[in-house]
Amino acid sequence: MPTPIDRDGVQRLLAEGAQLVEVLPQDEYEDEHLPGAINIPLKTLDAERTQRLDCERPVIVYCYDYQ
Amino acid sequence: MSPRAAWRLESIGFTRVYDYVAGKADWGSAGVPLEGTRDSDTRVGAHLNRDVPTCRLDDRLDSVRACVHTAGWDTCLVVNDEQIVLGRLGRAALTGKDDVTVEEAMSAGPSTVRPSLELDRAVERMRRQDLTTLPVTSSEGRLLGLLERDTAEQALRELNLNSARTLAEGSQS
Repeated sequence: MPTPIDRDGVQRLLAEGAQLVEVLPQDEYEDEHLPGAINIPLKTLDAERTQRLDCERPVIVYCYDYQ
Repeated sequence: MSPRAAWRLESIGFTRVYDYVAGKADWGSAGVPLEGTRDSDTRVGAHLNRDVPTCRLDDRLDSVRACVHTAGWDTCLVVNDEQIVLGRLGRAALTGKDDVTVEEAMSAGPSTVRPSLELDRAVERMRRQDLTTLPVTSSEGRLLGLLERDTAEQALRELNLNSARTLAEGSQS
């Protein structure tokens, strides 16, 4: 079950080597994103597109807000 | 959207998945930098004066008044130990003669904006409400600084000028 996390938690996990994934469409990602985030839009999120992620390390996903 | 993405990742086989549900809006509203093509100068956070006088609820108004005037300000934000904004001393309180506590003299719960607010919207609001300054806080209510109307209007004029120049150069090429 995915774990909800707040901003402090994000910063702590990033310091420990977590991977950050923005799941919004590409244009919104290019407009603004969290430092170091990669973009995998929700519509394209599949096994092939996630090969670039290390499954041994934590993955943090986010979008714009509680939508 | 991110909860569905988090569950999707788990279905693919990832076991350590975290969902930052408050997302990009929360990050920006805390004044933490974002990356991307959007110019951060268009946001309130790029134009803050962070050197703002502050005081505590139990300070005496007389001593606060002297410090604020010496520093050249006509307003002072009332904060607690966590820098959470509890109130504001405006011009009227700071020019009065009463020696009471800050808590007795302050206006409680002043309006604030987030650093992620677009600068043009902040300026429009300051003009509409005839404000000379606007406190800027994080989403938790922590003081980040003060947006001064003169500074904001000047920055907006420069942004609009640069934007017009870019458009003109684009139409010539």
